[in-house]
Amino acid sequence: MTSSNSNSLTFQELILKLQAFYAERGAVIQPSYDVEVGAGTMAPETFLRVLGPNPYKVAYVQPSRRPADGRYGENPNRLFKHLQLQVILKPPPENVQELYLESLATIGIDLRQHDIKFEEDNWESPTLGAWGIGWQVMLDGLEVTQFTYFQQCGGVDLDPISAELTYGLERLCAFLQDVDSIYDIVWARDPKTGREVKYGEVRLADEQQFSVYNFEMADVQKTWKHFELCEAECKALLDRYSVLAKDKTEGDGIAREKSRFPLLGAYDQCLKCSHYFNILDARGAISVTERVGVIARVRALAVGIAKAWMDQHYASEKTTKSTDAPKAAANEKRNKLEPVVT
Amino acid sequence: MPDFLLEIGCEEIPARMIDAAAQELHERLQALLQRERLAPTGEISHLDTPRRLAVLASGLPISQPDITEQVNGPSAQIAYKDGQPTPAAHAFAKKVGVDVGRLEKVSTPKGEYLAATITRKGRSASEILAETLPKEISTLYWPKNMYWRKRGELFVRPVRWLVAMLDEEVVPLALFGIAAGKTTRGHRIISREAVTISKPSAYVETLRGAKVLAAPEREHVIRKALDAATRTIPGARWREDKPLVSTVVNLTEFPSVILGSFDPEFLDLPEEVLVTVMRDHQKYFAIEDADGKLLPHFLAVLNTVGDSDGLIRHGNERVLRARFNDARFFWKTDQKQTLRQRVDLLRNVTFQKDLGSYYDKTLRVQHLASSLSETVKQNGIAIRPGVVHKAALLAKADLTTELVKEFTELQGIVGGLYARVQQLDDDLRPDVQLAISHAIYDHYKPESMEDAAPATVEGAVLSIADKADSIAGMFALGLIPSGSKDPFALRRQANGIVKTIAEHKLQLRLSEIMADARIRYNRSEAEKKFSNVVYAQSVRAFFRERLEFYLKDARGYAYDVVSAVLAVDADDVVDAAARAEAVSKVRGSVDFESISIALKRMKNILRQASEKTKLIAMRVDVAGLQEESEKELTALIPPTVLAVEKLGAAHDYEGALLEIAKLRPPIDRFFDKVMVMVDDDNLRANRLALLQLLVKEFSTIADFSEIVTEGKESTK
Repeated sequence: MTSSNSNSLTFQELILKLQAFYAERGAVIQPSYDVEVGAGTMAPETFLRVLGPNPYKVAYVQPSRRPADGRYGENPNRLFKHLQLQVILKPPPENVQELYLESLATIGIDLRQHDIKFEEDNWESPTLGAWGIGWQVMLDGLEVTQFTYFQQCGGVDLDPISAELTYGLERLCAFLQDVDSIYDIVWARDPKTGREVKYGEVRLADEQQFSVYNFEMADVQKTWKHFELCEAECKALLDRYSVLAKDKTEGDGIAREKSRFPLLGAYDQCLKCSHYFNILDARGAISVTERVGVIARVRALAVGIAKAWMDQHYASEKTTKSTDAPKAAANEKRNKLEPVVT
Repeated sequence: MPDFLLEIGCEEIPARMIDAAAQELHERLQALLQRERLAPTGEISHLDTPRRLAVLASGLPISQPDITEQVNGPSAQIAYKDGQPTPAAHAFAKKVGVDVGRLEKVSTPKGEYLAATITRKGRSASEILAETLPKEISTLYWPKNMYWRKRGELFVRPVRWLVAMLDEEVVPLALFGIAAGKTTRGHRIISREAVTISKPSAYVETLRGAKVLAAPEREHVIRKALDAATRTIPGARWREDKPLVSTVVNLTEFPSVILGSFDPEFLDLPEEVLVTVMRDHQKYFAIEDADGKLLPHFLAVLNTVGDSDGLIRHGNERVLRARFNDARFFWKTDQKQTLRQRVDLLRNVTFQKDLGSYYDKTLRVQHLASSLSETVKQNGIAIRPGVVHKAALLAKADLTTELVKEFTELQGIVGGLYARVQQLDDDLRPDVQLAISHAIYDHYKPESMEDAAPATVEGAVLSIADKADSIAGMFALGLIPSGSKDPFALRRQANGIVKTIAEHKLQLRLSEIMADARIRYNRSEAEKKFSNVVYAQSVRAFFRERLEFYLKDARGYAYDVVSAVLAVDADDVVDAAARAEAVSKVRGSVDFESISIALKRMKNILRQASEKTKLIAMRVDVAGLQEESEKELTALIPPTVLAVEKLGAAHDYEGALLEIAKLRPPIDRFFDKVMVMVDDDNLRANRLALLQLLVKEFSTIADFSEIVTEGKESTK
């Protein structure tokens, strides 16, 4: 009745197939981002790439850490760290839904034998000042993908918008292999000996130890300290960029300094803040009252970076466009007087 | 006469939005055709699925009718010189496109003028539709919309194709960068080829062939399939759930149903949890036996032809098993800490940033609920204040449980369930424990006007106290709902209070509950944040609206009856409802109608008198009255007032109103014979005093001047 384990894709084959699928359709295949993130959206390949006018297609697997979701490896469906395949299509092709369904066919799902529904689910990240409209894609009652048309990111209206496809890889694979526990997923199979390596073998220790760390041992004081240091560093960088952005000195010097300014470095600091926040949250160290305030602090960083990034990469285009329109140029000037960080 | 078809092909529209949008599109087309003088001879109908909104109109005129009209030009004097047309006449002829020789002369009051009869050609339906429909489509209302092509170009989801046809012809409209054509698409998976519509009248059948059914047919198919699948289990029935049926109708284009099962061991979990997982999270229908007990089966509605090899059933069962396992895991984890122990954890759960934690709220609600239950008890209603007290303490503790964090819609219910199975106190009688658990279980109820009020009086008082505390705090902070802004759902909570009081017939006055609730914030941290709003006044106005809404919308009393009743008092819910009921019963009678008219007339006279600053005597001087009819009426007042008061005190408002209605003949005689506004100052003042007495004494049940009467008012 169901495909037997040995016929269905292993976890790594699933990843390779999906990556190949998007590579064949012109996407850049990136490695996972190497700073802790809670979701693939937070990696700069999404957060910064969706800003501005340049078309881009990218796919990458992103380990997504959510300390509060840890279950010491004891719950068969929940993980502290799960893997997402994150796909950004900017702008979305007209047939983006068909393209997505085709990707399911590629990994061995005969859609005619299954029930597929696109059910309303709008995504929002208060921490990133980002939101979008979309669906959760339900496959035989299982949510396998979050499909979002990004509308805003870092508080910036997107033009063009991007389509974001986020595949829950463990779920999808457990479905394909018909196993009830994530830990029973076959991660790899030796083609010669047929020996199988299970998900549990690869990741169980990770889940157990990080659950203990995040829930019991993470030092609250030190984690707050880390948070504050990263926040301060990020703010300091944004302040320096803001001074630079206001500098009206003519010539290439400023332009060059601006273009090489490490906003990417600032963004890493923002991501770390977000991760430390998540640890503190799991640790029960943030009261609900504080929560909103801390999220607002991280959002201020993310929004500041998004605005600065727009200025760094696209402000000159705006200025050239507006030279023949004196009124617009005047507006431009006025805008520049406003601080970049809000 | 051609038929018209418009189909907007869209990526999956959220299920909850489809019905309203389809209706709106239908109405907009209807209005447009009317406005443009293209009204169809046949019907307008619509067809909607997750991927399309379509409207059909049969028998459209090919074009607007021509209009023949007369256009006036220059005066005849200017237009002709010596019988010859002047340049002015030529210019006019040219403007209206008529030969000079065919211009006419018409006489007007201002003299003779040149005129022309011209015919304006009606424009073609195709042209008008192509021009006007894009605006109608792009301004459809959506609760949430998006852009995908250009900023500012909004729709609920990306539009991918458009069909617009008048019979076999394409109506050349364009929108969202798409030119309309004749090509539609069928079901996403089981009919993948593009489909051409030959003509609008073939649309529904063509779609059916492409595995797309109209909504009423989908509902029919789903209900039949649910029945058929359930019949395979002897004695079973599926739980009717209209909102869920509507959801699955709008999630499918070609539905079918599968029957799945789960391990009966899960039935150990509370039914509420199982049903929430199935209905809210998985959109499954629950199945019960003849006694209403849940069976280990479920029904899932698919958007495909079926599941011949059981793959889909297998997948859905797998998902449900995982969900139920989670719930069981949470249930077990939660038992490690009792509700009593969890009360302390509420210190870390914020109720509202300025109003403190749920722990603070718990203490306030506990005091308030105890105070309210004393009042209820004094009024002779059987209530156990001890139960209320204990339930209030534990009511919010479930907010710290894993189960509620996962299934937030089960707050209260989970607390009630845990209170039933946990040890709450040493030597607590089982019936008391059960009563406590019921009160906690119900305390969020009623969540809407359709939802039931808490079943027990203890639950009712706790529910009122909880909601009153929230409203009191928010109002004191100045967070008063206005227009569509009501982020804390205070209106719903106030509706809940009103409904609960009414259904349990509690003698609690709204203003007293709210004053009591406000006292509980005295000397708290929160109080420092309070704004200087006029608390009592704004709360009173707010609850008056809620009571009005309850009487009109939930109880169905006429608006004028409600206004009349609330003009007297809007504080005692039970009493207001009883008065509304009595007034509704008697308002149709002839006597009552004429009494209403008479009282209205008296009020008008009194108003006019006060506008003209005419004196009204302090009291009626019987000796100073002249006419027999006014003496008779005056004499009838004291016994009638006495009878009305007595009946009113016994809440027999209908009897009291009938008593008042008995005064109709003497009042009629009074107005027949007596002129109030006479020149004699003393007599006038005396008569005005009589009217004032009547109005005052007989407006204790309702202000009759608010009642809309069919008869004309004679004083107007």
